Amino acid sequence: MMLGTELQLTAQGKLKHFLAIEGLSKALLTEILDTAESFTGISERQVKKFPLLRGKTIVNLFFENSTRTRTTFDLAATRLSADVINMNIATSATSKGESLLDTIRNLEAMHVDMFVVRHALSGAAHFIAQNTAPHISVINAGDGQHAHPTQAMLDMFTIRKLKNDFRQLKVAIVGDILHSRVARSQIKALNILGADDIRLIAPKTLLPAQIETLGVSVYHNMNEGLKDIDVIIMLRLQKERMANALLPSESEYFKCFGLTAKRLQLAKPDAIVMHPGPINRGVEITSSVADGEQSVILQQVGYGIAIRMAVMSMAMQTGGTGV
Amino acid sequence: MIMIEISGGRIIDPANHIDKIGSVFIVDGKIASLSTAPAGFNAELNINARGRIVCPGFIDLNARLREPGQSQKATIQSETRAAASAGFTTLCLPPDTVPVIDTPAVTELIHDKAFHAGYARVLPIAALTQNLQGKDLSAMFTLKQAGCIAVSNAEQPLANLHILRRAMEYAASHELLLVYRPQDYSLSNSGCAHEGHVATRFGLPGIPAAAETVAMAQCLELVEQTGCKVHFSQLSCARSITLLQQAKNRLLPVSADVAMHQLFLMEEDMLPFDSRYHVLPPLRSRQDRDALKEALGNGIIDAICSAHQPHDIDAKLGAFPETEAGIASLETLLPLLLQLVAGKVLDLAQGISVLTRNPAGILNLDSGTLTLGAPADVCIFDPAQHWLIDKDSWQSNGVNTPFWGQRMQGRVTWTLQQGRIIHSLNSGA
Repeated sequence: MMLGTELQLTAQGKLKHFLAIEGLSKALLTEILDTAESFTGISERQVKKFPLLRGKTIVNLFFENSTRTRTTFDLAATRLSADVINMNIATSATSKGESLLDTIRNLEAMHVDMFVVRHALSGAAHFIAQNTAPHISVINAGDGQHAHPTQAMLDMFTIRKLKNDFRQLKVAIVGDILHSRVARSQIKALNILGADDIRLIAPKTLLPAQIETLGVSVYHNMNEGLKDIDVIIMLRLQKERMANALLPSESEYFKCFGLTAKRLQLAKPDAIVMHPGPINRGVEITSSVADGEQSVILQQVGYGIAIRMAVMSMAMQTGGTGV
Repeated sequence: MIMIEISGGRIIDPANHIDKIGSVFIVDGKIASLSTAPAGFNAELNINARGRIVCPGFIDLNARLREPGQSQKATIQSETRAAASAGFTTLCLPPDTVPVIDTPAVTELIHDKAFHAGYARVLPIAALTQNLQGKDLSAMFTLKQAGCIAVSNAEQPLANLHILRRAMEYAASHELLLVYRPQDYSLSNSGCAHEGHVATRFGLPGIPAAAETVAMAQCLELVEQTGCKVHFSQLSCARSITLLQQAKNRLLPVSADVAMHQLFLMEEDMLPFDSRYHVLPPLRSRQDRDALKEALGNGIIDAICSAHQPHDIDAKLGAFPETEAGIASLETLLPLLLQLVAGKVLDLAQGISVLTRNPAGILNLDSGTLTLGAPADVCIFDPAQHWLIDKDSWQSNGVNTPFWGQRMQGRVTWTLQQGRIIHSLNSGA
């Protein structure tokens, strides 16, 4: 069974919810990238707004703290002329014992059109999409360790901008795959878009079971994994990973898996370096690489708004017409 | 003297290797004859069982009834009634009620409630440790005297292996069976799904097979050490079967069951985030499922339990990891058993055996058979009848089953417990 195909798309195959990359076609991913393309450059314009979502109400429903992702969703919605409500539920309703469903029901009663959801548990966005009123679209802004599809799409957008054809690409994703919803969504997107080789570079403690079944090759040695690579995606290493017997120390991690200028030379000369942020300088990446010529980390952030505008506008076009 | 004749059915009693068409004569709650009417027999009730199978009432090694403590989910009344409608005459209740079964008072309360409900018999399993906290031993002997059938720490961890060792020694001293669901809690951590490719795809915290096998291996070593009789509850992994087989080869006093749903469902079924498939131990791989079926067929696994866990609606509403584990499973047991028989996993006599004679043997009960003089715990079912799982047919307060809405084949028409009719589907008398 393909996850969420029937849930994410309307009967006409249009985007209704954006919950995960899995279950979406190459054509649809390409449409998202193309739509985002049409929104780039908007920031440089005098009038930064499109009237596409005028009169629509979007609720940023963040059960988990996030400043960066929420801000880009907020900006994207504002530029599409939508009204935005920011709900920081991490510090409100659920701490008073209200269930997820009750929170949703209450907000529905306020006649909103879209939920942008971030939640600490995998499957939360799916649950909301399955249980919300039919006219409401749900965008997953990160659920547990499952998916973060808009982040993956902005990464794909960045790669397409700089590398053109996915079919020739060798991509390495380095670091804490186990806890990374970003990595799971990237792997799925790269596979759908036809990347030649997707390599995961990490110690076994940071790799989930049977990860090869996702269509990747696994490396425990970074120097081997980086050979002939076109795109390097570094993942953030959370400090708490030292506590749970996953890693001995930050310095040993850096020694094995940190991206240095010297290691970067093992990749193709025109390889690009990406990072979903926020970066830990000196832990997973040196400043010289993060700020270096091959780094596209700041470009990624900029494209985040265009991708979120694309996804929101596509989902709202089908909103109301239902399934 | 109350006399009942069940006539014309196919009588299957695995304990006595009986499989024949004939009549069962019941006098005063006991099996009086399987051939001709006893002298002076004058049936007050004649149950026509033509075309039906007549077998011992089913014995469930593990069924949660949610009472005391969680009557918003279900009650002893509602679940023993559902059990009776599914052919069960005896249910073992794990000790994790609220309060837990660690005092004679709670044990008696459960006995009283079940008695007044008047459906299936309930055998409470006593807590192994006080309040299931895994530290201090419960008053096992007192609890046994009060009517507990075995001891168990249910789903709660023990503080360390020393506690397990001492608890096993103490249980063995009082000839109490330990019902043990093997799980190393440091390895299962806060997992909610089998650690495999599906959990990886969906970013669900995993429970590795080793969480079960490590705990099982340790417990088996302590069986060697202590001589305690242990029944392993709800095995889920292929490698556990290997451990069980080795232990049986060494003639250790061990037995094991598998939850019925583990023989049908697997990790792929929980897509996409379907909380009805959230169970513990988790649904594992196809290879694990197939190994469990094989082990059941060749007798390494002794019994099937329902692992019945009725829930209220809210328990299954939420993101997958925060939903409560468990399936309401009493009423699907017989149809699923017949599917196993149809699939040649085991033959019908074997299938009835794993629900009757074998659990009776594990628990040292005199029921589970139609032997002369045994309690007249009888299940009569129509193996051909189709029925739909919906709100009209379903009896349990918990509707949390992944089989909801499916058409099933095989339906219990009568259930008798010690000669009392505790379920009749329609007037076949």
